[in-house]
Amino acid sequence: MNGNQSRQRLTLAVLKNTPTILFVVIFVAFSLLDQRFFTWTNFENIISSSAFVGILAVGMTFVLLTGGIDLSVGANMYISGGILAIMLEQGYPLWLAILAALVSGTLIGLVNAFLISKVKIIPFMVTLGTLTAGRGLALLITQSRAINVTKEMPFAAAHVLGIPLPIAVFAAVVFVAFIVLAYTAPGRQIYAMGNDPEAAKKAGLNVTRLTMFAYIACGFCAALATVIALSQQGRLSASFGEGVEFRAIAAAVLGGTSLFGGVGAVFPGTVIGTLLVQMISTGLVYLQVDLYLQDMISPLVIFFAVFVDAQRMGLIKRLERRNIRVEKTAGQVLSEKKAHSMI
Amino acid sequence: MEDFILQFCKIDKSFFGVPVLKNVSIDIQRGRIVGLIGENGAGKSTLMNILGGVVPFDSGKLLLNGQDYAPHDPESATRAGIAFIHQELNLFTNLSIAENLFINNFPHIGKSPFLNKTQIRTKTKEYLAMVDLNLSPDITVDRLSPGERQLVEVAKALSQDASVIIFDEPTTSLTARETERLFAIIERLHTSGKTIIYISHILRDIQQIADDIVILRDGEVIKVGPKKEFDIQKMISLMVGRDIKTLYPERDSKPTEQVILEARSLSKAGIVHDINFSLHKGELLGVFGLMGSGRSELAQIIFGIEDSDSGEIILDGKQHNHQSPVKSIKQNIAFVTENRREEGLLMTSTVAENLGLVTLPKFTGSITNVVRQSALNVAIRNIVSLLRVKTNDAFQNQVKGLSGGNQQKVVIGKWLMNNPSVLVVDEPTRGVDVGAKHEIYSIINDIVAKGAAVLFISSEIEELIGVCDRIIVMGVGEILGSFEKADFNREKILQTAFREGGK
Repeated sequence: MNGNQSRQRLTLAVLKNTPTILFVVIFVAFSLLDQRFFTWTNFENIISSSAFVGILAVGMTFVLLTGGIDLSVGANMYISGGILAIMLEQGYPLWLAILAALVSGTLIGLVNAFLISKVKIIPFMVTLGTLTAGRGLALLITQSRAINVTKEMPFAAAHVLGIPLPIAVFAAVVFVAFIVLAYTAPGRQIYAMGNDPEAAKKAGLNVTRLTMFAYIACGFCAALATVIALSQQGRLSASFGEGVEFRAIAAAVLGGTSLFGGVGAVFPGTVIGTLLVQMISTGLVYLQVDLYLQDMISPLVIFFAVFVDAQRMGLIKRLERRNIRVEKTAGQVLSEKKAHSMI
Repeated sequence: MEDFILQFCKIDKSFFGVPVLKNVSIDIQRGRIVGLIGENGAGKSTLMNILGGVVPFDSGKLLLNGQDYAPHDPESATRAGIAFIHQELNLFTNLSIAENLFINNFPHIGKSPFLNKTQIRTKTKEYLAMVDLNLSPDITVDRLSPGERQLVEVAKALSQDASVIIFDEPTTSLTARETERLFAIIERLHTSGKTIIYISHILRDIQQIADDIVILRDGEVIKVGPKKEFDIQKMISLMVGRDIKTLYPERDSKPTEQVILEARSLSKAGIVHDINFSLHKGELLGVFGLMGSGRSELAQIIFGIEDSDSGEIILDGKQHNHQSPVKSIKQNIAFVTENRREEGLLMTSTVAENLGLVTLPKFTGSITNVVRQSALNVAIRNIVSLLRVKTNDAFQNQVKGLSGGNQQKVVIGKWLMNNPSVLVVDEPTRGVDVGAKHEIYSIINDIVAKGAAVLFISSEIEELIGVCDRIIVMGVGEILGSFEKADFNREKILQTAFREGGK
């Protein structure tokens, strides 16, 4: 192998592992800038507070893999959270309230799924609609009141087998999603469908059912994220779940999931993406960046990362293109000449 | 007694009242290779789509193994043992070979929902061995060449235990060697008792591979018979319904001495090396090369889609290096790309919109940039009638509804509207039937007669010999030889391309 080829291989390796490398670079940078960042408590804190975005992002990954998008997850959180908080306020048992929240979140997923796969409206419009209508519905349910649930939901700091509960739930969701996507038929078929919906139909795959499955899974994840987020925040306000769709989509895309469908993975991809998103916002807090600026900086960083991602996909394509001819290096030409003159 | 696997009895089919199949009756014997030929629009695809469960038939009877057979979707056709390998392959490029084979039929571990990956892998290896593919089942399909992908489709058909395998134009994107390999495998399937239906416009292939030949024209069966009853000339006249004496129209113009485009030691690392040629006004210069010879890449460099590392392109005496398509169009260079579906056309736009694309800036106000629609429409109408594009309404009909030949005319037409002085055409007659081919050659001849220069890239030697003034041969990114019209010789050109004899 000549030097040119090995350099090309190195470039490819770097490009293909950009999310992980980006993760390490940002991590090291923050650690150097502030020593408090590099502590065990802080890691736990980052993972813990990223848990609900991570669960959302896992659901989002299913939808993105089909080639769709779900903008309504934030509104879904507000509705499910509203139901959960009001039921607790009125004295229903915790398990019933949580069950109701999970069912309502799944139903919202079902509404999206129905409009997209049966009525055949494009996902962007459908979920933009359910985003707006959903927030309206949630305001109606809660009368835009702030509801305190700290007392009723005391389990944010609870531990399962020594692991903080939010992290344990996140890990369980990732595990199940990973198994479904990698080791079951519907999982593999979702990849196939995202790659080429027409071919999937011709291959006899039930495209409608797969699409429905993805949006329902995303709705369920949004509801589960609601339970975690609400227990952590202790309070449902009118801005609950606002703007989380951006973080969820960013986490999935930063983790290597394509917005065009068929490419991506929950683990390590979406998990890394989630941690990256959370690390950036936590890091900015540590650096005591102006609170108002933080809201602008983290999207900028995310945009930058997505931009780098787009660039690297193009570059990978170019580098992997089969060459027509093998160019000889100067050294090879020289040695060939020598061999020739010896004859 | 004869053993028929498939019998079409008086099948009729019409779309929106337009009959596309009229009283079609064909009996297909078990274990034969049947070549199905006909011009675009003759009804070949519809007939095969009926067989593959894509569309239903209106009346008549279809028998499979003597039993009534009316598939209502592709899946039931697959279950009945009919595999349809479409021209555009239906593989999922993001998945592994193994997953592609079993996507609709994954084996599970016991009754659990989990896939039995070991079994998937072992089985895939068996099927890959049957088509001589020595690849790991875990390789994703996007890493495979078109030829390898085709064979994966064949392996998939085998994995579905198909008894009838339909190939629709399987060789259009294969290299000569890959084609040979595919034929060897089809031959082997044949020996093992499979029935093959092979659709192609390449009559030489049909002659080589088929046992029986079926010719369709305008939705009717014109002739069915064993291969020995046909020669290529006869196939053509039966397909077209009239005698085409010469497939290649007469040229009545001669190239001039005036150089319009020149390449001087043009190189791009890993792609092309030391390309030198000159193209004269009124010349039809052929570029022969097999797939992967660098011919299309050279065209892209000339047109400015790709850049060169070194060397010069001289256009009309001026430097034309490091250009972009936009600048090339301004210099009146035109480039009919090899893939009309992906690169040449906006398939869901109308014929008129496609035709107007290139020349649009010439029909806009100088300051306001508003399109002068009526003038443009006149120009579009002119080109539609000049090229005889068969469409009911160029301003209403989408391009994807046209036949392959007419689509190609639209691609050429959109460049002709810009009055090119240099026209680069890359495989302009691929997947186009005999009649439309003749028309396309005539169109190109007319352009040349008007003084433009044409660079005609093709992997069909016959057509280059038939239409060109001169042929240069490319291989491994280099020009391997050049032939004047007097020295045109099929064998010598092929030998040059393969670097046999001499070198």
